[in-house]
Amino acid sequence: MMINKQVKNAEEAIADLNDGQTIMLGGFGLCGIPENCIAALVKKGVTNLTCISNNAGVDDFGIGLMLQQRQVKKMIASYVGENAEFERQLLSGELDVELIPQGTLAFRCMAAGYGMPAIFTPAGIGTEVAIGKEVRNFNGKDYLLETAFNADFAIVKAWKGDTAGNLIFKATSRNFNTVMAMAGKITIAEVEELVEPGQLDPNQIHVPGVYIHRIFQGSHYEKRIEQKTVSK
Amino acid sequence: MLDKEAIAKRIAKEIQHNSYVNLGIGIPTLVANYIPKNIAVCFQSENGLLGMGPFPTEADIDADLINAGKQTITMLPGAALFDSAMSFGMIHAQKIDLTILGAMEVSENGDIANWKIPGKMVKGMGGAMDLVASAKNIIVAMQHVNKNGESKLLPNCTLPLTGIRCVKKIVTELAVLAVLPEGGFKLLERAPGVSVEDIKKATLGKLIIEGEIPEMAFD
Repeated sequence: MMINKQVKNAEEAIADLNDGQTIMLGGFGLCGIPENCIAALVKKGVTNLTCISNNAGVDDFGIGLMLQQRQVKKMIASYVGENAEFERQLLSGELDVELIPQGTLAFRCMAAGYGMPAIFTPAGIGTEVAIGKEVRNFNGKDYLLETAFNADFAIVKAWKGDTAGNLIFKATSRNFNTVMAMAGKITIAEVEELVEPGQLDPNQIHVPGVYIHRIFQGSHYEKRIEQKTVSK
Repeated sequence: MLDKEAIAKRIAKEIQHNSYVNLGIGIPTLVANYIPKNIAVCFQSENGLLGMGPFPTEADIDADLINAGKQTITMLPGAALFDSAMSFGMIHAQKIDLTILGAMEVSENGDIANWKIPGKMVKGMGGAMDLVASAKNIIVAMQHVNKNGESKLLPNCTLPLTGIRCVKKIVTELAVLAVLPEGGFKLLERAPGVSVEDIKKATLGKLIIEGEIPEMAFD
């Protein structure tokens, strides 16, 4: 019989997620964020978290909800422009923030997921991002040594999944969810539609279930749109 | 002086047939509206899409389909979806021919600052550092002078850098300029109604002017 990773809900999935841990959260802006788990983290009240995510949500949604409750000690992100409360906490020194290039964020997750201790990237050469880092020259071009992330949990959101943990993503809600799913010591996946093994075409799987430890059927996705833009 | 649309329209003329292009937020996104009909181009959105199309109608809005600026978009026939690692992988492997982005400052040796004003604006660099580090060609859309009339084309950037020695061409409300490999802004074109003197006054960095400088053409 196929391995079963199913848990009941977000509360059960994060039962052993504790204060002070490092967690990755998938999504780009509000697109593809694990809404149920974020709500559960807010409800549980875990604090002192180090969060690795491309963005910080908006003031009243996504990671912004955790920031409002002062649950985040440190944020590692590439862009936090949509969240005024975040920018305020950053500028006032309340929140420790490490802003890193988006590609570096993706590659450091990928490195962790591929068992590579580090990667080289030219992003940030000559800028403050390079401070304190090893530089190597390959074929006449300088690269920074960037290490793989080390996250206790990765929390991702997918469109469809099966109880074996296989995941399929939709459109641009894929973004960081794949590489974060591969990188977490424990990976939690919430999905819009959870099915039995055999219902998903193996050709269509974006992340195989070997990377997923817990999967549950999510509910009540708001899927908020940050910048609704229509053609005239 | 050009407005934002005109800057975008002039930059659109730089796009080569059959190229893959990344458009930054702000003025660069407007470039997509001015691509000549005979040019085949594929726009990359760094969050995981090649073949970015126009904004949707109200009926076609999909919350799972957004661009790098978090705006709702559509996909064109021939589009492809992928994840963030592949997205930046293709940038660093130089599959993206051209990146068009904004800037607060550019230096005469091609350094660019566009992500941080210490103590005031620290939104983050997003994909900008990756793009300027590896895109084959980099064109900047920017204001030549700031609100106080101070030049943003400088001998050296004063703001935190996004990348070094990377900018190739700049289009401002006043001019089109090339950044020379040996350093210096070479004036290529004047905006309609703008004189070489106007541009000299607006440029603090080394400005190279050779011969008659033509006015920009928009056809």
